[in-house]
Amino acid sequence: MSSFYILQISFPTVDTPQICTVVYALIIINKAGGLVYQRDFTEGLNKLSVNDYLVLAGTFHGVHAITTRLNPLHPPNEPPSGIEVMETEHFRLQCFQTLTGTKFLLFTEPFQPNTDKIVARIYELYADYVMKNPFYSLEMPIRSEGWERRLVREMRVLNSR
Amino acid sequence: MSAAKAARQGEETKIDKVNAELVTLTYGTIVAQLCKDYESDYVEVNKQLDKMGYNIGLRLIEDYLAKSGTMRRCANFKETAEMIAKVGFKIFLNISPTISNWTTDSKQFSLIFDENPLADFVELPDDGRAQEELWFSNIFCGVLRGALEMVQMQVEAHFTSDVLRGQESTEMRVTLIRYIDDEMPVDDE
Repeated sequence: MSSFYILQISFPTVDTPQICTVVYALIIINKAGGLVYQRDFTEGLNKLSVNDYLVLAGTFHGVHAITTRLNPLHPPNEPPSGIEVMETEHFRLQCFQTLTGTKFLLFTEPFQPNTDKIVARIYELYADYVMKNPFYSLEMPIRSEGWERRLVREMRVLNSR
Repeated sequence: MSAAKAARQGEETKIDKVNAELVTLTYGTIVAQLCKDYESDYVEVNKQLDKMGYNIGLRLIEDYLAKSGTMRRCANFKETAEMIAKVGFKIFLNISPTISNWTTDSKQFSLIFDENPLADFVELPDDGRAQEELWFSNIFCGVLRGALEMVQMQVEAHFTSDVLRGQESTEMRVTLIRYIDDEMPVDDE
């Protein structure tokens, strides 16, 4: 069931030309597997209900935890990272887990270059405009106008290239 | 303004500049206000400063990780100490405290502050107790505790000497208690 959800989430309903590169959506999951942020960056994407997004976040969190145990070798000192990228015919999912345990999931078009750089940039914005807001309660859903505005602006620039 | 202070404003870094003295004055005001609010109960003031620092640390760690481009965990506590002194304090305060006095089990070290931006201009009140009880820069202890907790290290930190008390050096002792295995959510204090 879980993989079905993941496959479905950012499947574009509009016809996307082969060469274009698009950042579809972002999901942020806290260290306990709770959804703290979800946002689409283009029109016409498949939507899930709020509840399904919560389920998706929790499920991904669990699957991610399992994948950290899959490594057949004992890694030298680094703990294994778990899922980093998931590719399908229609989209690419980049997962970046910070050392504090927060996960950033970026859904893009399969040929989107430099997704790691994009996620790193989003992490910087998050560190500034979410974490440094003294009235943001840690691990809670993000409702911040400044963050929203800057995030959308940066993604719009990427998508209009 | 002295050369040391000018350098502290982060000329060569990408970080937005803020007048260092404003930070010093703001922090000094906070400590003075706490002393007033708690009627010179310095033990309580130390506790409050530590708590404030802890809440800062929980948030500041993300900034440290995002901006320093840190992608991997420190291999051991020695490396952690190096990163704290050479990267962390450098990014945020443009100082690099010296690491010394390791215990043989590599779980305890001292940070010696040759300079301390928070304590410029400060003279502790001469009520006979502040010199004995108040750790003016105690917020640092909390910041380290909070920041390291977010990257799965439980530490204890406290000052053991301070030039403000007329002692020879400013020294903080940091002890690793344990690595936290379970990623449990933390509570804001």
